[in-house]
Amino acid sequence: MALERWFRRKRPTRGDDEVSPAGLWLKCAGCMAQIYRKDLIANLYVCPECAHHERMPVDARVAMLADEGTFELWSGRVTPTDALEFVDTEPYVERLVAVQQKTERPDAIITGAAELDGVPVALAVMDFSFLGGSMGSVVGEEIARAAERAAAESRSLISIAASGGARMQEGALSLMQMAKTTVALEALSERRLPFISVLTDPTTGGVTASFATLGDLVVAEPGALICFAGPRVIQQTIKQDLPEGFQRSEFLLGKGMLDDVIPRGVLKARLAVLVRLLRAGLDGTADDGAAAPLRLTTESITTIADELDESAATSAADDADEAAAAEDREREEAPNRATPV
Amino acid sequence: MPLPFEKPIDELEARIRDMRGYADDQHVDLSGEIAALERRLASLTRETFAKLSRWQRVQVARAAGRPTALDYLGKVVEGFTELHGDRALGDDPALVGGVARLGDMGVVVLAQQKGRDTKENILRNFGMAHPSGYRKALRLFDLADKFRLPVLSLIDTPGAYPGIAAEEQGQAWVIAACIQRMSRLRVPAVSVIIGEGGSGGALALGVANRVLILEHAIYSVISPESCAAIRWRDAAEAPSAAEALKLTADDLLEQGVVDDVVAEPLGGAHKDPAGAIDLVRAAVEREFAALRDVPSEVLMRERRARFRRMGRFLEAA
Repeated sequence: MALERWFRRKRPTRGDDEVSPAGLWLKCAGCMAQIYRKDLIANLYVCPECAHHERMPVDARVAMLADEGTFELWSGRVTPTDALEFVDTEPYVERLVAVQQKTERPDAIITGAAELDGVPVALAVMDFSFLGGSMGSVVGEEIARAAERAAAESRSLISIAASGGARMQEGALSLMQMAKTTVALEALSERRLPFISVLTDPTTGGVTASFATLGDLVVAEPGALICFAGPRVIQQTIKQDLPEGFQRSEFLLGKGMLDDVIPRGVLKARLAVLVRLLRAGLDGTADDGAAAPLRLTTESITTIADELDESAATSAADDADEAAAAEDREREEAPNRATPV
Repeated sequence: MPLPFEKPIDELEARIRDMRGYADDQHVDLSGEIAALERRLASLTRETFAKLSRWQRVQVARAAGRPTALDYLGKVVEGFTELHGDRALGDDPALVGGVARLGDMGVVVLAQQKGRDTKENILRNFGMAHPSGYRKALRLFDLADKFRLPVLSLIDTPGAYPGIAAEEQGQAWVIAACIQRMSRLRVPAVSVIIGEGGSGGALALGVANRVLILEHAIYSVISPESCAAIRWRDAAEAPSAAEALKLTADDLLEQGVVDDVVAEPLGGAHKDPAGAIDLVRAAVEREFAALRDVPSEVLMRERRARFRRMGRFLEAA
């Protein structure tokens, strides 16, 4: 392993600083090390050198979270329309068509049903590569429908946020999605089904200021930019330097805004534990509409105990076995990944 | 300071003033001439305001001399008593809250207050609330529910404040919490956008059963200046951004974002603040009269449904 890393470092540096997704070798944005693309993918897009969490493609995210073969796509029936006939330097419609062709998705989200270590959940995963994961009418509608269908099917909701905020090309209609997603979450609350919101890099603006911070639990991946107003806007407003680590996950954890910061390598296991625990409360009254509690078995309690023991210290990046396992998973699960819509 | 497109109107007004002064001083009867000029003034104002561009509307929405929230509260409700503080961090003067009387019922009032001069603008942070302001709103929503006091909110803010402390104290979290808390109110809620409805910071007080907007007010996901800076990479393109964002009262009515437009006096609320305040008072009284006897469950359900419907998209058959 050490020798391999030494060779890696000897690779000539490419001229550009961009991580080229198509290239064989990538440069880590965290430590600038040259990383073999396959290694990064096998390690869930976490740098094997420095544990920097790269942005993760939506399909890989679903494959990472859903138990093999359990993901059933819900989203894709609603497609965006240019209600405002918005034109800046280019018409919104043209931008939409271009990004739809590139991503093979109607908009910046996929939702669906899955099992997470055997726990029934609904997943809502935002796609930052689609117009910056911005939330317009379609993203808002998909989240709302996912929450309502999850409630109807007694599933917990897990959302993976990655968004530049509200989609300004849809004007006030996109602002209204903040309220729409918020009221749709009531369906879950009424049935006492957990909603866990995972904030990833970046989560900003109208997404942070609506459903994404309304999780029963709100957790984040390491190093993610999470904010209401972006650092540039703040710098321009106050004309001061921003504090070290400002608006990053760890900073916000310290400010009391997050329940936890969870490395990607253990995210699935931790989410499964948390959902299990939240769903294992006392029975309600028979007619209060709440979903039936999921009773914990001895086996699941043991799993939880093991998990809680090791999870805090474990980072996928430091664990070669974990990386290898992930690579196997990647190979095996490839055919079972979410299909593009 | 008149707005650029108001100059001919202001000049005509000045002429009428001069003529009146002259008539008084010299004891001559110029009433025929004055009446003719006043008719010209009215038609000029009407024509000017009928063809305002969206960017010009933005300027009217922000005009100096336009009544602020506290100006409205002095007349729209009676005996407004300000209640201070969020019970945790402080008291935010940019977001004012309190109790008041509207007809025979008590109400909780929440309002974003811009300054009427430089000194007040600094005190009020130009109407841009910190998390403390939204936390104050949260506790007053609780008060409203506990004592079954209907909620009136007056919206006038460029947006929630973007600053270091604001981010550290969870600006996004409190805005989301306000949206959720307001959507859960068991009492009637009416919002009036009186000037600038700036993004999430405005929506935090705008999850009402009925959302009204003044004729020349705006409501937008982002300010035209910021939109221009991002999408055109040039803040000077703000007029183009204002056009593209479709942020005027008529646009928002068409989009279903607001329920009704409250007409302003000719020439805008800043020309006749007292007239504007009377019109808002009448509209607010009408809305609460229609909502006051609606059962809590229905109010909640309909408010949720109102926002659940928002948006435009296509659906595959």
